[in-house]
Amino acid sequence: MFTIFGIPGPLLFGQLLLGLINGAFYAMLSLGLAVIFGLLNIINFAHGALFMMGAFVAWMLLNYAGIGYWWALLLAPLIVGAFGLVLERTLISRLYKLDHLYGLLLTFGLALVIEGLFRNEYGSSGMPYQIPSALQGATNLGFMFLPNYRGWVVVAALVVCLATWLLIEKTKLGAMLRAATENAPLVQAFGVNVPRMVTLTYAGGVALAALAGVLAAPIYSVNPNMGSSFINTVFAVVVIGGMGSIIGSVLTGFGLGIIEGLTKVFYPEASATVVFVVMAIVLLTRPAGLFGKAA
Amino acid sequence: MAEMPMLAVDALHAWYGESHILHGVDFTVNEGEVVTLLGRNGAGKTTTMKAIMGLVGRREGSIRYRGTETIALRPDLIARAGIALCPEERGIFASLNVTENLLLPPVVASGGLDLPTIYALFPNLKERSASQGTKLSGGEQQMLAIARILRTGARLLLLDEPTEGLAPVIVQQIGRTIREIKARGFTVLLVEQNFRFAATVADRHYVMEHGKIVDMIPNAALSSNMGKLHEYLGV
Repeated sequence: MFTIFGIPGPLLFGQLLLGLINGAFYAMLSLGLAVIFGLLNIINFAHGALFMMGAFVAWMLLNYAGIGYWWALLLAPLIVGAFGLVLERTLISRLYKLDHLYGLLLTFGLALVIEGLFRNEYGSSGMPYQIPSALQGATNLGFMFLPNYRGWVVVAALVVCLATWLLIEKTKLGAMLRAATENAPLVQAFGVNVPRMVTLTYAGGVALAALAGVLAAPIYSVNPNMGSSFINTVFAVVVIGGMGSIIGSVLTGFGLGIIEGLTKVFYPEASATVVFVVMAIVLLTRPAGLFGKAA
Repeated sequence: MAEMPMLAVDALHAWYGESHILHGVDFTVNEGEVVTLLGRNGAGKTTTMKAIMGLVGRREGSIRYRGTETIALRPDLIARAGIALCPEERGIFASLNVTENLLLPPVVASGGLDLPTIYALFPNLKERSASQGTKLSGGEQQMLAIARILRTGARLLLLDEPTEGLAPVIVQQIGRTIREIKARGFTVLLVEQNFRFAATVADRHYVMEHGKIVDMIPNAALSSNMGKLHEYLGV
C-alpha cells in the first residue's frame, strides 16, 4: 500500500472524495442562496429545510407513488419550487420594505416549522433511499474505488453549477436578473415585471436546493435534520465566497469541502471548525469575501 | 385645441416618504413636440419625471397618456404603454456589457429604431459593445442611456438632464441626437438646467418652482422673456 505524507493513499483519497461530495452540496446550496440574496436581499434561512424537503419529496414519490429516482430528480424540484413560489407570494414578499432582520426571522421560523412538521410525521432517525440501480457498484480508478453514485453526484453538481452560471452570465434572462440585482426599480421602469421575476427567482433558488436534496437522499439518510447539518457550513461558504457572488459560491463550496476532507485526514480534531477558521481569516483580510464586490 | 395631448398631467402631487415634493403640477405635451422642464435645483423636475414613470413613493392627481389614466399603474405597465425614462444618473448597469445594457429594455411596441440605425447614430457604442457598461466615458454612457430607450418602441421619451456634467462637444452631439429623434417622430420631455441648450432643441418650455409649474414660454418667445427667465432660474 502506498502512502502520502505518511497517510495511506486510500484513506487520503477516500476523505478527498467525501470532501468533494460535501463540497458539491455546499456549492449547489450556496448557489441558490447567492441568487436569492442578490435579487431579494433576503438571507434565506429556510434553504436547509427546503433541501431536506427535496429529499423527502423524492422519498415520498418512491414510497407513496412508486415514482423512482430519475423522475424524482425532475419532479421534486418542481414540487418544492412551487412551494417556494407560494412562500414568496404569501409571506416573504411582505418583507421587502422592512429591515433585513425580518426576512431572517421569517425564514428561520419557516425552517423550524417545516423541520418540525417532518419530524412530527417521520421521526428523526432517518429513512433509507436506495441508490438507483444504474448507479450502484463502484469503479476501480487504480488508486482507489469510486462508488458510482458518488461520482455521479460530483458530475451532476458540476453540471448544475455550470448551467446556472451560464444562465445568469450569458443569457438575456440572466442579464435582466443581474440588472435587477443592481437597480430593480429602473428595470421595472423599462417594462419588466420585476415582482414576478423576484417570485420566480426565489422559486428557482428553492428548486435548486430541492434538486440537491434529491441527489443527497441516497448518500445521507432522509431525515428532517439533514438540512440543518449542512446549512451552517453553507452560510460560511456564502460569506467566504462573497455575498451574492455566483462564481464565489461554487468555487468556495467545492474548495471548503476539500479543505474539510483533508483536515479530517491530517488533523481530525479541527475538521468541524476549519471552515469557520477560514471564514474568520477571510473576513479579516477581505471583508467583502473572496469574490465579493467591496461595498 | 381639438387634438388630445399625448401626455396630460393634472394636479400631480408626489411624495418621497413624508416629504411632499410636487404640489399640483399641470402641463401637457403634444405628439411630436420637444418640451422642457426648466427650474432651479430642487424645483421638482426630476420628481415629475419619476412620478410620470411611477417611481415615487406616493402620487396623486392625474397623468393621462394618449387619454389613458396611468396614475395607479405599476412602472412596468406604464413603460408598456409607451413611455421610457432616461434617468438623471443614467442608470447604466455595471454588471452588464454595452450590448447587454442596450438590449435590456424589452420592446414594448413596434416602431422602435433597429440596431443598425442606433449604431449609425451612436458609432461609439458599436466599437465598445463588449466593454463593461460603466467603463464607458460619461458622454458614451449618456449615449447608451438614450440609445437603449430608442429601440423599445416607446414614443414618449423622458430625458432627465442628458447634458449634465458633459463637455461642450458632447452636449452638441446630444443636441443633434434630440433633433434627430424629434425628426423621426418621437416626443420628448426634457429636464434641463441649461436653458441655452434647451433653446436649441425645444418647442416649448415649462418653468417649475417649488413643486409647481409657474410659467410656459414658447421657444419663439424665449428671447423676449429673457429677463423673466433669468429671474426664475436665478442665473
